[in-house]
Amino acid sequence: MVTTQVHENPITTATLFNESEVIELLKHYLPTQTPLKDFIHHNSLHAFQKSKFYDAIFQASEIFGFHVTLELNEYRKLIENKRISESSLNRAISEIIAEKDIEKWKQKVLHQSYSETFTPQIGTLRTNWKKHFHIDLDSLVQPLLFRLLCSYLDQGISTWKFPTEKGGFLESLQTLEKNSKISIFKSNRARLLFLNKHTSIKELLDILVGKEEFYTNYLIDLQFSHRGWSGMIAAIESNPSVLLDTKLISLKELILFELLLEIDALETTFGSKFKSLGEFLYGKPTNLFAPKAETELTTVLKILQNAFEWSYYDEVLAGIRAVPNHKTEKIITPTFQAIFCIDERECSLRRHVESCDTQSETLGSPGFFGVEFYFQPQGAKFYDKLCPAPVTPKFLIKESNVSAERPHDVLYDAKVQTLFGGLASTFTLGFAAAMRMFLNLFSPKMSPAISNAFAHMDSSSVLTIENKHLEDRENDLQIGFTLNEMAQRVEALLRGIGLTQNFAPLVYVVAHGSSSANNPHHGAHDCGACSGRPGSVNARVFAAMANHPKVRLQLQQNGITIPSATQFIGALHDTAADEMEFYDESVLSETNLDNHQIHKQTFEKALDLNAKERSRRFASVKTKSPLAKVRQAIKERSVSLFEPRPELGHGTNTLCIVGRRDLTKKLFLDRRAFLNSYDYRSDLEGNFLTGIMRPLGPVCGGINLEYYFSRVDNYKLGAGTKLPHHVMGLFGVANSCDGDLRPGLPLQMIEVHDPVRLLIIVEHFPEVILKSIQSSPDMYEWFINEWVHLIAYHPETKQTYRFKNGGFQLHTVLHSNPASVNETHTIIEQAKEMESNWIVDATLENLPVYTLN
Amino acid sequence: MNEFLQLFLWLPFIGFIVIMAVPAKKEKLIADLSISISFLLALLMLAFITKWFIVGMPLIDYKGIVLFETDEISIFIDLFFDKIAAVFSFMGAVMSFIVFRFSKFYLHRDPGFKRYFALMLLFLMSYNFVVLSGNFETLFLGWEIVGICSFLLIGFFRDRYLPVRNSLKVISLYRLGDIFLILAMWMSHHLWHQNITFLQLTDTNSVLEHISEHNWYAFFIALMIVLASMVKSAVFPFSSWLPRAMEGPTSSSALFYGALSVHLGVFLLLRTLNYWESLLLIKVLIFGIGILTSFVATSIASVQSSVKVQIAYASIAQIGLMFVEISLGFYELALLHFVGNACLRTYQLLVSPSVLGYKIHSMFFTFEPSKSSSGSTNFSTLKNSLYMLSLQEFRLDSLLQKYLWNPVKRVGNSLHFLSNPVALSMLFLLFVFGFSSTFFTSILPEYVHDSLPHLFSLLALLLIVRAFTEKQDPFFAWLFCVASQLFLTLSISLLNENFGQNHVLLYFSGAGIFALIGFLALARLKKLEPELSMLDFQGHSYEHPKLALVFLISCLGFLGLPFTPTFIGIDILFSHIHKHEELLIVFTALSFLIMEISILRIYARLFLGTHTKNYHPIAYRSS
Repeated sequence: MVTTQVHENPITTATLFNESEVIELLKHYLPTQTPLKDFIHHNSLHAFQKSKFYDAIFQASEIFGFHVTLELNEYRKLIENKRISESSLNRAISEIIAEKDIEKWKQKVLHQSYSETFTPQIGTLRTNWKKHFHIDLDSLVQPLLFRLLCSYLDQGISTWKFPTEKGGFLESLQTLEKNSKISIFKSNRARLLFLNKHTSIKELLDILVGKEEFYTNYLIDLQFSHRGWSGMIAAIESNPSVLLDTKLISLKELILFELLLEIDALETTFGSKFKSLGEFLYGKPTNLFAPKAETELTTVLKILQNAFEWSYYDEVLAGIRAVPNHKTEKIITPTFQAIFCIDERECSLRRHVESCDTQSETLGSPGFFGVEFYFQPQGAKFYDKLCPAPVTPKFLIKESNVSAERPHDVLYDAKVQTLFGGLASTFTLGFAAAMRMFLNLFSPKMSPAISNAFAHMDSSSVLTIENKHLEDRENDLQIGFTLNEMAQRVEALLRGIGLTQNFAPLVYVVAHGSSSANNPHHGAHDCGACSGRPGSVNARVFAAMANHPKVRLQLQQNGITIPSATQFIGALHDTAADEMEFYDESVLSETNLDNHQIHKQTFEKALDLNAKERSRRFASVKTKSPLAKVRQAIKERSVSLFEPRPELGHGTNTLCIVGRRDLTKKLFLDRRAFLNSYDYRSDLEGNFLTGIMRPLGPVCGGINLEYYFSRVDNYKLGAGTKLPHHVMGLFGVANSCDGDLRPGLPLQMIEVHDPVRLLIIVEHFPEVILKSIQSSPDMYEWFINEWVHLIAYHPETKQTYRFKNGGFQLHTVLHSNPASVNETHTIIEQAKEMESNWIVDATLENLPVYTLN
Repeated sequence: MNEFLQLFLWLPFIGFIVIMAVPAKKEKLIADLSISISFLLALLMLAFITKWFIVGMPLIDYKGIVLFETDEISIFIDLFFDKIAAVFSFMGAVMSFIVFRFSKFYLHRDPGFKRYFALMLLFLMSYNFVVLSGNFETLFLGWEIVGICSFLLIGFFRDRYLPVRNSLKVISLYRLGDIFLILAMWMSHHLWHQNITFLQLTDTNSVLEHISEHNWYAFFIALMIVLASMVKSAVFPFSSWLPRAMEGPTSSSALFYGALSVHLGVFLLLRTLNYWESLLLIKVLIFGIGILTSFVATSIASVQSSVKVQIAYASIAQIGLMFVEISLGFYELALLHFVGNACLRTYQLLVSPSVLGYKIHSMFFTFEPSKSSSGSTNFSTLKNSLYMLSLQEFRLDSLLQKYLWNPVKRVGNSLHFLSNPVALSMLFLLFVFGFSSTFFTSILPEYVHDSLPHLFSLLALLLIVRAFTEKQDPFFAWLFCVASQLFLTLSISLLNENFGQNHVLLYFSGAGIFALIGFLALARLKKLEPELSMLDFQGHSYEHPKLALVFLISCLGFLGLPFTPTFIGIDILFSHIHKHEELLIVFTALSFLIMEISILRIYARLFLGTHTKNYHPIAYRSS
C-alpha cells in the first residue's frame, strides 16, 4: 500500500508537498485516545508497532522527546535494591552482546556515565520563529484555537451552545464570522483568506514558510506542538460517534485554521510585509522518520530493561514450576463455579473465593463473556457498546421495566452558572453545598454525582435477550439473539475455558465495574473487554442464554451436557468498593436458592479478604484493623470526593497466564496476572487457542503498554498528576485552561506500576502455540516485534520455552524456587508502604511470588 | 478579650513554622497539624464571636506591636473586629478546615505536599491579617503575603510552563492592585497626618470634615481603593486573571479562587466604606462596575466549555452583584452573598472533575440535538457578536497585555545600551555624585537640587524597566534591580532633609543584605550551571531545590515582604513623598510595581518551568 510506504519514509519519496499524504502521516502518529467516556487502553506508541520494540521506542524517543525506559541511574538503583538480579543481568548482556565482551559491557552497564540529555527533532523547525523573529507564536495562537475547538466540540458544559454547526468546523466558523460584528481575527488579510472558500493549506504555507521542501516538517511540528488536541480531532474525524453530540470536524480543517491564526498573529505583530520563515531556512529539511542508529546508551538501557523484566518473569516461572500439579487436589463436583473476567484485579478475589470455599472452582474469561452487543438502558437516547473495542456488534439488548427514577443533582444544573440563577443559588444551594461538603468529608456516601458501577443497569429490569423474530430490528441492529446465535456463543465460551463437564449446581458469571467519585478517568477502571464499561449486562445475558432450555438442548447435541439442575447466575463485582450484586436470583430453583444464600456468604467473606489485601496499598486504611472496618473504609474510598485513588486500576499488571487454574491456584501473584482459563487437553489442535490469543495483544498488551509508557514518561505519554485537571468539553482533561488535552493515564494510576512488558504464559505444546499466533499477521506482530513476551509451558515435560526471533527456544529459569507460605494475611499485613512514588521506592511495594501450602 | 485577636494570626503562623521544620515525608503529621490548626481556629473564633455577640457586638480595636516609631510617624500592627471581620474571619477558618481535610487525601504522595500545606497556612495567616486588620499597614501586610502565596500556589506545579507563566501573569496584576493600595496609603498619610486606624474612620463626623476639606484627596484615596479591590476580586476589566489562576491543585484553587482570596476585594470595599460612602461619584463607579461585571462575566461564563473557567466567571458575576449591593448600601446582604457564593463555588470547584461522569450520564438520557439557528437578522448578528466576544473573554487578557505590559517591554528593549560598560560607569558616577550631594545639599544651586530627586527616580524607573526585559544575564537583571532601589532611595533622601541617615540604614539593612544573598545565590547557580540564561524558563529547582528556596527568600526579602525591615522602609519611603509631588509619586509607584515583577521573573526564569536538561521526563510546553 502506498500509505505504509509513506509512513516509513515520508520525505525522501517526495520532496514536494503533498497535503493528503502529510495528513495521513499525522493521523498515523498522533495519539488515538478517544473522548474519556469510553476509555480504551491501547499501546501509546501504536504508530511504531510495525518495528521491533526497542527500535520503535528509541526512534519515537528521538523524534518526539519521549522517555521510553527508566533513567540509567534508576536501573542501577534497581540493581542495588535487588529488583534486578545479577544472573538476569548477566544473561541479558550475553543475549545482546557477543560473548567475549561480557565483562567490559558489565562495567559499562554498571558504572559508565552517559549523557542522557538529547534534543528531540520535533519542534526544531518552528523554534526558528522564536530565534529569528522573537515571537512566541504558540502563546499567541493556541489559547484561542483550543477555546474555539473546545466550544465547537463541547458536549454539555457551556450553557450557550456554539451558534451554528452546519457543514463542519470551518463552515460553521465562516458562517459565524460572516454574521458577527466581532471577528476571530485581528488582521484583515487573515480574515479574507479565511472567508475565501478556495484557500488551501499550501497557499497558507506559501505565506508562512515559503520553501516547499519544509512544508511537511512544518505541519508535523505544528500539530505535535499540541498533540492532545490534534489527536482528539483526528479520532473524532475517523469516528464521529465517539461523541454523543456528534460533530463534524477534520484534521485538515484544524490545520488550515491554525495556519490562518498564525498568519493573523504575524500580521498583527509585524504588519503585512512580514518575512516568511523560509528566508531563514537553509539546506534540506531533516527526515524526521529516518531510522536511528543504535547508540551505546540505548544498548545499555536495552540490557537493563531486559534484565529488569526477566528478573521478575523468572521468579514467576520458578513459582509455576515449583507447584507440582498433584498438590492441588482434584475437586470432584465443585460446590459452585464462578467465571470471572481475566482482569488481573480479579486474580486476588478468585484466590480468596477458593480459600473461603475450598470445594469451589473459579475460571477466567474476557469479561464480555463472548456476547457482543449494544445496550440501551431504559429511556436512553444512545447505545452503549459492550464488547471489546475492535468488535462491531450486530445485536441490541434493550432494558425495560425499570421503575426507579434516575437521580438528579441540582448543584450540577446549568442554572447555577447564570446570573440570576446563580444569585438565587448562592443564597440557597450555597449553604447546602457547604453542608454536603462536610458530610462527604466525614461520612462519604453514594450520590448521583458519583459514577456508580451498579447503576449501569437496573438489577430489576427486563432485558430483550432472545430475538422475537428476525424482523425485530432497530437502527440496523437485531434486537436480541436467535437460538442458534445464543448456543454458539455459550458453547464457544465454555469450550474456550474448558468447562464442558463437571458442572456445579450453580455457575456464577461475575462481571466487574468500578465506582469512583470525582474521577474523569473512571472509564479506565471499568472492564476493558466491555469498551471501558461495567460488564453487568453481559454477565446477565450470558447467564440467561446458558439457562435457556433450548440452548441447552443444542449444546447437548454438540456434546456439552449441562445437568438440568445446574443454573447460571450473573453478578457484578465493583473492583473499587469491593461489593457484589447478583442478578435474576428469582429464577433459581429452591435448592439452588438455598445454596446460593450460602455461597453469597462465601463471596462476602472473600470480598472482606480482598478488601484487606487491597488495603495494604492505601494510606487511609489500616490493614490490621478488623475486617469489617477495612471493608467499610474501602467502600468509602470509592465514594469519597477527595480520593484520587479510589482503586489502582490495572497498576502492576505484568502477566497473562493462559492455562488451567492448577498452574496458578497455589501461587501468590499479588494481583499482577490476567488469568485466562484454558484446558489444552480439550483443544489439542489449538482451534480455540487462536481465538483466545487474538485479543490478548490488543487488550492485555494494550493495557500493559499504556501503563508502561504512562509510567516511564508521565509528562509526555501520561496525563500528569490529576490534581490540577480541568475537564474540557466533557471529552478530555487539560492541565491548564489554555493547555493541551492530556491523553494517557494520570500519575495516580501508575505509581504502583513496574514498567515491564506483558509476559504471556501459555500451557500448551510450543508448536501448537506457534501455529496459533502465526495464523494472523496482526496478532503475530505483537509477538515477533516483542511488544509482549511469550512463554510456552510444556504440559508434559514442564519445561519453559521462550518465543524469540520467530521460534521457541528452551528457557532456563534462573530464579530459585520462591518461598512458601501457609497463608497470605501475614505477608499482606507486614508489607511496607512505598516511601515515595519514585520507581526505585515504589517497586518495593510489589511483593515477591510465594507458593501457598 | 481583645488580645485574643492576636491569636488568630499567631496560630496559623506557628503552624507554618512548625510545618517548615517537619520532614517532608511526614505527610500525616503535616496534614493533621494543619487540619487541627484550622479546626482550633474555627472553634476559637466561634467562641470569640459568641462572647462578642453577648457583650453587644462592640467595635474592637487592638493595637499590636509597634514596628517603627519616630516623632512624625508610627507604624504599628493594629487589629479591628466588627461584623465584617467576624463573617470574613470565620468563613476563612471554616473553609480552610474543609479544604485542608480534603487535601490531606487529595494531595497524598505529591512531592509538594509539605510546600502545599505550609503555603496554605501562610495564606490563612495573611488572610486573617487582612480581614482583622485595623489599619492600612496591617491590611497591606496581609494583602502582600496573600499575593505571594497565590503566586507560589498557582505555580505549584513548577515543572510545567503554563503554571509558571500564569503565576507571573497573576502576580503582575496583583502587584498593580498593591500599588493602588500603596497610593491610597500614601495619600491617607498626608490626609490625616497620622497612621489612621479603621476605628477612627468610624467617627463619621471627623471623616466627613476631612473629606469635605480635602475633597480631591479623599476622592483619590477612594478611587485607589476601588481599583485595588477591582483587581483583587477580578471584576471588569481585570477578570481574565481568575481562570488563569486555576493552575494549582483543585483544592487550593477552590480555597483561593472559590472562597477566600477572590472575595478580598469585596472585603476591602466593605472595610473602607467610611472613606467613600459620602462620595456619590465613587458609589456610582462601584455600581457601574458591578453591573458591567455581572453582565460581562455571565456572558463569558455561558460560553465556556472548560468547567473550572465556567465556575470562575460565574463566580465573578456574583461578585459583580456584590459590588452593586455594596454601592446601594446593602452591606449585610453583600456579606450574606459572600458567604453563599464562597460555599457554592468552593464546592463546585472541588467536585469539578465529577462533572464529566455526571453530565455524560445524564446526557445519555436527556440529550436533544440542538436546532441550528444561523439567521442573518440583526438580532442574530448581535447575538453572534456577543458570542464571539465572550469566547475571547472580551479580549481582556490581550488588552491588558497590549496596553499594560507591552509598552513596558518596549521601553525596556530600547534601554539595552544600559548594560554596556560606558553606560554602567556613567550610572555609577551619577550615583556617587548623588550620594555625595546628600551631604552638601546647601552648596548646590536650588534648581539642580530640586530636579535631582526627579532625575534619580526616573533613572530608578528606567533601570527597573531594563531589568524587567533582560533576556540573557540574570546578574545584570539583579544588578539593575539593586541599582534601581539605590536610586530610588537616593531620590527620596535628597527630597527630604529629615529623611535621616538611620532611615536609609534601616531600609538598606534589609534590602542590602538580601541583595547580597541573592547575588551569592546567583553566583552559586552560575557555578553549578555554567550555561545560565534567562531566555526561557530553566527549571533549575529540579536539581537545586535548596538554592531555589534561598534565592526565593532573598527575592522576597529584597522586595520588602512584610516582616523584613525593607517593608517598613518602603512605608517610610512613601510617607516621605509629599502629596504634591505627582511626578515623583508616579515614578516611584511604577518602579515598585515593576520591581516585584522583575525580581520574581528572575526567580521564575531560573528556577521554575520545564527543566532545560531532559535526561528525565519533562513536560511539553503546551501541557
